[in-house]
Amino acid sequence: MNWTDVATQLFGSAHDIHADGDFLSGSASFDGRTIAVVGSTNHAPIGYALALRQAKVVLNTMARHPGRAIFLLIDTQGQQLRRHDELLGINRAMAHLGCCIDLARRRGHRVIGLVYDQALSGGFITSGLIADACDALPEAEIRVMRIPAMARVTKLSEDVLTALSASNPVFAPGVQNYLRMGGVRALWQGDLPAGLRDALAHASTEDRRALDGRERGGRLLAASVVEKVLAA
Amino acid sequence: MNDTPLRRVSFAECSARERIGGLFDADSFHEWLPPSQRVMSPHLAQLGVPAAFDDGVAIGAACLAGRRVFVAAQEGEFMGGGVGEVHGAKLVGLFKRALRDRPDAVVLLAESGGVRLHEANAGLIAVSEVMRALLDTRAAGIPVVVLIGGANGCFGGMGIVARCADHLIISDIGRLAMSGPEVIEASHGVEEFDSRDRALVWRTTGGKHRYLMGDCDQLVDDDVLAFRAAAVRALDAGHLLTLQSLQKEQALLAQRLRDGDGAEDAVDLWRHVGIAHACSVPNMNAEQVRELRQETPT
Repeated sequence: MNWTDVATQLFGSAHDIHADGDFLSGSASFDGRTIAVVGSTNHAPIGYALALRQAKVVLNTMARHPGRAIFLLIDTQGQQLRRHDELLGINRAMAHLGCCIDLARRRGHRVIGLVYDQALSGGFITSGLIADACDALPEAEIRVMRIPAMARVTKLSEDVLTALSASNPVFAPGVQNYLRMGGVRALWQGDLPAGLRDALAHASTEDRRALDGRERGGRLLAASVVEKVLAA
Repeated sequence: MNDTPLRRVSFAECSARERIGGLFDADSFHEWLPPSQRVMSPHLAQLGVPAAFDDGVAIGAACLAGRRVFVAAQEGEFMGGGVGEVHGAKLVGLFKRALRDRPDAVVLLAESGGVRLHEANAGLIAVSEVMRALLDTRAAGIPVVVLIGGANGCFGGMGIVARCADHLIISDIGRLAMSGPEVIEASHGVEEFDSRDRALVWRTTGGKHRYLMGDCDQLVDDDVLAFRAAAVRALDAGHLLTLQSLQKEQALLAQRLRDGDGAEDAVDLWRHVGIAHACSVPNMNAEQVRELRQETPT
């Protein structure tokens, strides 16, 4: 789904979200309250500059509108793979974005991420994956690697990996797999406003992903390893 | 200290446990989930890939100059230090335990290519869980200190995790970045980033550059005892993230974006930010580079 359809379904005309290149920002009215919106489109590669632009929206929201919920619209092909971004310190810019979102949560802002198109590894590790909740549309794609690339890395055939991934979500892309592993909190089926309403009301401020992964049967060890360390 | 002469030991050439042995007070390390407990990746076996009894990371408590700290050391020799489900959960557990038990600091010896691609999805989620757990620890006023000096550098998600810490220490042969040069070359060609040009790779991602730009707080020689001394100095270097400190960081990073406009190479960027003798930096040792930063106007 493109971002304008998502915005219209969620907010009708009660929003001023706009795209500037790959960068999305604005605000919207939802259930009688104002929400800050920031994100990306066009499968944007997240580089140094785009991470900074997103961070600035989060900082300005904290400074000017304490407590205002922040909604992250996620569509990215991953981090920008350019030498210049590495030279500038893209990891620092991304960490800064993550720290801004983390601080916003600590200061009482609800932060909800929605993968509405696609999300890849470094592109959303310091946005959706550090929010109170990372939700997704059912038709969205989330992955680190596709099966063919995975086959090259693991030196196993695509057939073997496809078979393995039927029982183990670790090996294959897809929002359903991320849901089972706890990386995605919920999928928004059909009624998008209901999805956002649910996320704003019920997303935990604690990191529940390892627990969700265990309960949903998609990531069985993470929570128990943490418990073992605490008990050791 | 004892009276035996201090022999220089390469941090880069040590294993994770050798680093722990040399960095912290003698015999003070107590490991949690040691290899004997065989808390291992369940996914690698399914792929027919050899697993490690500690999943590539040692965690526990130790003393540093008499102070009680929690420690994690990633083993670069095992899958490049890649973070899988268990590896990541051990790090998360360490930070959660730090929140509960309140050591004087958490010291992370980072050596990692980032997410372990063999368990990519779980690794990605794990790295983001590490990030949140680290920031919880930091927000509780417990400093997190990251040491980077392994041969594999600190890349990908771990490169971001490192920059979430209070204090970073790097050696001149250490590297800190996001995507490795091979990945960038594969994506955009050798003209974009020649991964075999070692001098270029180190100018772009290496310890001297990271120190000169302020991305790392201390630059040390590739020497375990130099890292130890730097880590001791960092024990009280914690600082809470606040709206003001992040606004300052935003301004600094925005200025750097302008400074970097048109900079083809690290040397251009160094010159632009006022570092003297920018051309000579690649030939300088760590001590000379430290002096340069002290001379640079801020």
